[in-house]
Amino acid sequence: MADQEIREVDRSLYDFKDDESQGFFRMKEGLTREIVEQISQDKNDPAWMHDFRLKCLELYNNMSVPNWGPSIDGLDMDHISNYVRSKTDMKGSWNDLPDDIKNTFEKLGIPQAERESLAGVGAQYDSELVYHNLQQEVADQGVVYTGFEDAVNGEYSEMVKEYFMKLVPPTDHKFAALHGAVWSGGSFVYVPKGVHVEVPLQSYFRLNAKGAGQFEHTLIIVDEGADVHFIEGCSAPKYNTANLHAGCVELYVKKNARLRYSTIENWSKNMYNLNTKRAIVEEGGTMEWVSGSFGSHVSYLYPTTILKGDGSHCEFTGITFAGNGQNLDTGAKMIHIGRETSSYINTKSISKDGGVSTYRSSIQIMPTAKKAKASVDCASLMLDDQSRSDTIPAMDIRTADADVGHEAKIGRISDEAVFYLMSRGISESEARAMIVSGFADPVSKELPLEYAAEMNNLIKLEMEGM
Amino acid sequence: MSQPLLQVRDLCASIEEGELLHHVNLDINAGETHVLMGPNGAGKSTLGYTLMGNPGYTVTNGTITLDGEDITNLSTDKRAARGMFLSFQNPLEVPGLSLEAFLRNAIRQQTGKPLKIFQFKKELEATMDLLQMDASYADRDLNVGFSGGEKKKAEILQLLMLNPKLAILDETDSGLDVDAVRTVSKGIEEFQKKRNGALLVITHSTKILESLHVDYTHVLVKGKLVHTGDASLVEEINERGFEQFVNAAAGK
Repeated sequence: MADQEIREVDRSLYDFKDDESQGFFRMKEGLTREIVEQISQDKNDPAWMHDFRLKCLELYNNMSVPNWGPSIDGLDMDHISNYVRSKTDMKGSWNDLPDDIKNTFEKLGIPQAERESLAGVGAQYDSELVYHNLQQEVADQGVVYTGFEDAVNGEYSEMVKEYFMKLVPPTDHKFAALHGAVWSGGSFVYVPKGVHVEVPLQSYFRLNAKGAGQFEHTLIIVDEGADVHFIEGCSAPKYNTANLHAGCVELYVKKNARLRYSTIENWSKNMYNLNTKRAIVEEGGTMEWVSGSFGSHVSYLYPTTILKGDGSHCEFTGITFAGNGQNLDTGAKMIHIGRETSSYINTKSISKDGGVSTYRSSIQIMPTAKKAKASVDCASLMLDDQSRSDTIPAMDIRTADADVGHEAKIGRISDEAVFYLMSRGISESEARAMIVSGFADPVSKELPLEYAAEMNNLIKLEMEGM
Repeated sequence: MSQPLLQVRDLCASIEEGELLHHVNLDINAGETHVLMGPNGAGKSTLGYTLMGNPGYTVTNGTITLDGEDITNLSTDKRAARGMFLSFQNPLEVPGLSLEAFLRNAIRQQTGKPLKIFQFKKELEATMDLLQMDASYADRDLNVGFSGGEKKKAEILQLLMLNPKLAILDETDSGLDVDAVRTVSKGIEEFQKKRNGALLVITHSTKILESLHVDYTHVLVKGKLVHTGDASLVEEINERGFEQFVNAAAGK
């Protein structure tokens, strides 16, 4: 399987070189202005967005790739436009999907029509109907929930302009700049003051139906006293012909508002997932992240929360599962600015078959954050001797009265526990899966039932070593 | 009658450090109760583990046959599916896996059939009642934070729910107070008398045996079965200890 995955990556590069030899592409210089202009034109960008994209392009071309974390040497930075371009060509058929992804869909029991839409390859989507129904229900509450292109050009364009890439500026890092230049698709959500959205908003119907998942932009504004749960991606693997994901998520939680943002990501295993997610929380607001990382070849993912307002609060619950050929560098960042702000990080990471899982976190307590509280609890489980797990927690505390706690645990599955479960008639692979699912249970508990079930299925599939 | 339920022939077992069981022979017929006694370190738990197929113990000689089938090389789960059960001296904790979910899973895997939920629930409730276990334990993570007594009750609960042909009880009574022993014994009695289950009871004391009918008593010394007697041997050992058997084994 591992060999096959590596071959997948190589093949795309060879395909590209073949094309090049036939003179179809000449993009050694990287991302070109023409391509960005083309995207801008396709999206019917207003002038400010057009100019913003070009500014980002310039930043992108002048920045270097990160020199820390897992290697991204396999990412063909000289031909970055290849990844950008291929998105618009994504018209593959169900039959073009790699077998492992098809098998996952089969095993998850997702119906054919939905599978095709989840994979972003179907032409007609049965799930469109579901999406429209959901949209209607939400609209009746006065909630705005649209595709990002529609938001840029629609009624809320001023609001988009005010907030777009302010929290994650393109100067942040090279892939943020890339995102600014070539973003495509995504969601815009505005929840008006005091509105409680009962049903979680789920992005995958739209994201996948429109075939945009690689540079998607998500902007959510939860106004004062409002409350919403947004679920991104869903657990179904998204297949992308190219192998770079540089999405951007910006979340604004206003005074006394609450936002829960859940993600179960299962990218195909040739994907470089360089995603940036950030939230800013005003006075008395609450931000809750639930984050599951299962897929991708390499991930850099550290959702960041800026606790700006007094008494604002954030909880981060995350799980990462790194299997063969995967190097997943994940964690969370908390920046405490307001007084009596509090944050709680609880992560679990699992590594198997030589997979590398790194937990990286940063807690910053600024001098203004009097009586701040922060707690970090990270646990790692290594399933064999070839796998690796690292923990890199950083803390920068600039007040005298902060209450900060940190606990890290690294363990292995005990042979005795496996024997114990087997002595009750449970097969070895099932016994291991049960122990791992149990380890992941604190995360499952945070998810809506159907997602928790899917996450457990994913763990089972990973444990079977598919 | 036909063949014994369990037939152990000339069994030797080793760990990395050396051989622990030497040429053990043992026959257990359906419904019989055998008691295995012996001084500390004699290899009693090793015999239990080896019979159950713990991969940490390698069979270097001999065979284990269950119901006429050679199971010497079968994996632990397959032995369980054929009707063997081991109650652990120190049951392991599995965070995040509830006792009930674990039981459901085990029954499903052993039978290979979907579980009849209503019937399962009823049976679970009744069995927990018999063992004086609070119903809340069903939802608790398997053995996590259970007291010594609750852990052993949970083992007997699993025994009764899984309903094997042969149960090996490894020091089920150790570390329990009088009341807990009595409750656990009630569960074992249920298995022995109402379900005609066969037992191999590894124990140090007679407390757990008071309400059980014992067919045979074996003495294990330094990895060898040195003596077999009837129920009265238990009393004898309790009065006189293992000295005579240890001396006999040493050829004194």
